Formats: sequence, C-alpha cells, structure tokens
Amino acid sequence: MAELIPTIIAKYNYWIYIILMMIGLYAMIAKNNLVKKIVGMSIFQTAIILFYVSIGVKKGATIPILEGVHGHGAAHQVVHAADYVNPLPHVLMLTAIVVGVSTLGVALALAIRIYNRYNTLEEDEILAQIRKE
Amino acid sequence: MKIIGLIITIITGAFLVYAAGDFPAWADPNSPASTYLSPYYIEKTIEDTSVPNIVTAVLADYRGFDTMFETTVIFSAGLVCFILLRIIGRKEPETRHYRHILTGVTVRLKEGRKITTSEDFERIDDLWTPPDLIIKTGCRLLIPFLQIFALYVIAHGHYSPGGGFQGGVILGASIILMSISHDLRTSVERMREKVVAILCAVGVLIYAGTGALCLLLGANFLDYSALAPMLHVDPIAARSHGILIVEIGVGIAVMTTMIWIYTNISSAGKYNQGL
Repeated sequence: MAELIPTIIAKYNYWIYIILMMIGLYAMIAKNNLVKKIVGMSIFQTAIILFYVSIGVKKGATIPILEGVHGHGAAHQVVHAADYVNPLPHVLMLTAIVVGVSTLGVALALAIRIYNRYNTLEEDEILAQIRKE
Repeated sequence: MKIIGLIITIITGAFLVYAAGDFPAWADPNSPASTYLSPYYIEKTIEDTSVPNIVTAVLADYRGFDTMFETTVIFSAGLVCFILLRIIGRKEPETRHYRHILTGVTVRLKEGRKITTSEDFERIDDLWTPPDLIIKTGCRLLIPFLQIFALYVIAHGHYSPGGGFQGGVILGASIILMSISHDLRTSVERMREKVVAILCAVGVLIYAGTGALCLLLGANFLDYSALAPMLHVDPIAARSHGILIVEIGVGIAVMTTMIWIYTNISSAGKYNQGL
C-alpha cells in the first residue's frame, strides 16, 4: 500500500481521463434521451483530448513555440528537444476539437429530424412507435 | 438497461485502470510519446520551415495531408447538416407575419401571400419578442474587435498560439454572436446562405489547390518549397508562406462551417428568427 500511493499520484492524469471517459460511456449506453446520449459522446471526446494533451507534457518544458529564433539567420541556434513540450498531441487535438464540434452538429441535426418524425427524443418511445408501424 | 450499462462501464474502466499501470508517469520527459518523432519536429522545424510555432509547422506542413482531410471532414459535416435540415426536412409555415417597423403593427397573411420586401416591413415569427437594446448595442460594439482579433490569430499563427482553426472559430463566433443578439434573419441577411456555402467550398479548394499547384510545379503534393520561384523567396521561406496560404483556406472553411451548422440547427432548417 505504501508504494501504491506515489504511483497513484504520479499518474493522476490517467485516472481523471478514465473517470471522464466512463461518465461519457455510461451516458451513451444507459441514458434514454438522445440529446443526453450526444452530451455523453461529447464528454467522451473531451476525455480523449485530455488524455492526448496530458501525454505531451514534459517536466520543466515550455510551450512548443521556439524562443529567440525569429526570422532568418537564426537557424544555426541549437534547439534542445527537452526544453519544449511535445507538439504532436497538440496538433492532433487541435483538429480533433473542431472536427468534434462538426460531428456534434451532425448528431444534433439527426436528432432534430428524429424529433420531427416521431415527436419525441426518448429512445423507448421511438422504438415503440417503430414496432407499431 | 441501466444495470447492464453500469456493468459494462465498470468493466471497461477496470481494464483501462489496469492498462494505465504500464503508462509512463505524468510529465516524464523520457516517455515513449516524446522520444521518437517529436524531437525531430522540435529541433528541425526552424531549419526546415523558419516557423517558430512548431504546432503550426507540424499542422500545415509535416502533417499537411492529415489537416487537408480534416478540413474536408468539417466541410462535409456542414454539408450534411444543410442537406438533413434544409433540403429534406424543409417545411414552409402556412401563415406569415410581418411587422411594420415604425408603428409596431403586426400583419398576418394567409398561405401563399407575401409582402414584397421593403424597408417598412420586416418578417417576424409568431413567437416574436423585441430584441434587448443593451445586448444589441453591446454586441454591436464587440463584433468588430472580435473579427480583428480573429484575423490577427490567423495571420500571426506562425509566431504565437493561433492559426486557421482557432481564428476561423473566432470569426464564426462573431457572426453567431450577431445572430444571437439580434436575430437569425439579420445575420443571414449580412452573410447569405449561398455565400456561406460557396466560401466553405472555397476554403477547402484553397488548401487542396495549393497542394495541386505544388504538384504541377514538379514537387510532391503539399511540398510548399516548390512555390519559391512564384513567391520570389528561398525554398525555406516559401514553406512558411505556403503554411500561411493554407491556414487562410482553413480559416475560411472553419468560419463558414460554424456559421452554416449554427444557422441550420438553431432554426431547424427554417431560417426564421432562430433562438
């Protein structure tokens, strides 16, 4: 138990992302309302974004914008990789955030169409109406 | 269903917790994610592209192909919202309401009849409420500064946090703010549906067209150093300029997609007064 607590503290970012992701997964499976399911999907996406960004962090490093190398002629300056955080997760998540908003839009558009057709957003009522037809 | 969902969630969570035991500790400089590819980007970006912001350089140059298809994805998402709500699900209301602006008299017309658009009458919904003066004036003051800031974020993306995605979202937010504070008809009048659709496609076209231009000039797809003779700069600076061109395309596409999705969803494809 004594060696378990430092491990838990050293990896706290993973515990937060797992909790968030499971909240989203539970909402997607167990909630009856379609909009609540979409909200769960958004929480799931946020958990993945948090996971990626937390992977890129390095202790004692700064944001991935090079300092004091503006313009030409400064290219010979030596840059150490340990001084800057990993830029790759930032790039991946930058596009993922915007794509996430767009897919959220598509999901909401589908929900509006379903509401127009069945006059409800509750999953069991929609299924009952489909079975009756 | 709730019990099954809870069991599935707990089992998945347990697997993830078990797997997290093998992950490197938080902020470990020697973690696998930070040791293979990213040191190359950090050390070589300034030599290869002369762009100090590594995120921008990786986004639009090293991983330009990926970003091009991300832009295509958001374009198709906007298109899907438009098709689902505007083309398939469109229903014209049977009666139309018009308001005489000077006197505030509301006129109700039966189906099929219209008042030709004039400056005296504006079309309103049956649930119309007058827009709040304080919010209207405040947002009117705020919107130009938002747009200037968005242009700064796009144009200065090489040297500070920013770029096409962020600037495009701020530009889109300024138009969305107008449609919230006034009403949707005002903002659609400023930025017509057709303009939004065409600009969205133009944004993607700028990106893909820059790539195709490089192909025509004899280099690989999206290898901006081929643009050097056209821009009268050396190949390294040409890569930095190519990134700017592509970011402008991304900015246009993202801005119009945000406006397109918002206008379609907030009015369920009817383009009435909105939220």
